[in-house]
Amino acid sequence: MKQRHKRLVLVLGILAGVSVATALVLNAFRDNLTFFITPSEVMAKTEIPERRFRVGGIVEEGSVTRDTQSTEVRFGVTDTVKSLPVVYHGILPDLFREGQGVVIEGRIGEDGTFQADRVMARHDENYMPAEAAEAVKRAGGDLSQFVDHY
Amino acid sequence: MSARSIPWLKYAAPPNFYGLADRLTPWLWAGAGLLFLVGLYVGFFVAPVDYQQGNSYRIMFIHVPTAWMGMFLYLLMALYGMIFLVWRIRMADAMARAIAPTGALMTFLALWTGALWGAPTWGAYWVWDARLTSTLILLFLFLGYMALHAAADDRDKGGRAASLLAIIGAVNVPIIYFSVNWWYTLHQGASVIRRDGPSMAPEMLAALLIMTAAFWLYCAAIVLRRAQLEALEREPGAEWAQAAAAGALTREQRERAAATATIGDVGDHDEGDTLTGNTATKQEGRN
Repeated sequence: MKQRHKRLVLVLGILAGVSVATALVLNAFRDNLTFFITPSEVMAKTEIPERRFRVGGIVEEGSVTRDTQSTEVRFGVTDTVKSLPVVYHGILPDLFREGQGVVIEGRIGEDGTFQADRVMARHDENYMPAEAAEAVKRAGGDLSQFVDHY
Repeated sequence: MSARSIPWLKYAAPPNFYGLADRLTPWLWAGAGLLFLVGLYVGFFVAPVDYQQGNSYRIMFIHVPTAWMGMFLYLLMALYGMIFLVWRIRMADAMARAIAPTGALMTFLALWTGALWGAPTWGAYWVWDARLTSTLILLFLFLGYMALHAAADDRDKGGRAASLLAIIGAVNVPIIYFSVNWWYTLHQGASVIRRDGPSMAPEMLAALLIMTAAFWLYCAAIVLRRAQLEALEREPGAEWAQAAAAGALTREQRERAAATATIGDVGDHDEGDTLTGNTATKQEGRN
């Protein structure tokens, strides 16, 4: 075997070894690498987690109610299967609206409501002109068919 | 060296590489400048306002091409690193080293513009989700490569260590790319390269692709220029390098220098150390 063939085998061997090791590590830490869990996964928990965690989903249509005296806002976050009631005090990001993706951070309160201390809007991968979105709505179309959530 | 007969090795000889880069870079600069102008015009004035984000989405015309370039340049750097480790072609190491600062710049721009976009859109400059974290690691890999290469007194030794780092770090690139599919992330999924076609208005896509081409040409030009400097630095006393530095490298000078150039130890023999590279001394020891 020529010298350069030996080197090639060695380099490819190192690359293969590192790839396999990385794949195993990523697989082992699967649950920790995910940025949020879904409302269904929250509901499936048998005990209330003590530490803060993040939940991602869609702001449920017609669920947003604002307190007129304070910045308190209540809404439901759904993954279309289960819905999680949320309460939040503070200013919401511009993109926050019903039917839009959202990631909230906080903990579950005594009454089973999620006490969010941070709300982040999650943008989807669709980019279209405002006029086109208007036209779809006017025609009675459903925008959500273009918007594939998660 | 029998490998001299392989035609693609022609540009492994530094004088030949220098001449090729001299001929290519003016076109690359001109193309990059033109496409940047066209791309920015289409991006700002032709592409429509987004239905959700308004005007802030236009950051993606910088963000997406720089993020792509960061990943692509890293893979290219690792590939040149591998060529250097296996075939010992010094010009490959010079190319890898020339890529690193531009790759770091592209990755930094992607992170920075991403933060500027994230603030109004998500309500956060930075989150530790898989896409953002793995991209930050990419920036550190570029910086680590540069530091490691510069740390050794001997250029070849530094090059070998840094090349190994580049190859190992290449595992990170598919993680960045597929992170939005493998895990739930705050970062959205792919809009352009999708099985069902791009989920983006055609004018927006056009601006994005033109800007991508512009960044491509810019990166190619700047990397070639930097590799030229690196090639000169490696042979400061050589006649061709002196002439090239003065901007007066003749064809005859270049061909004469290329004919006697040492491109590196391509490993045509059976003996010697595999990766540490002390081939010559080992063989002498045995004789």
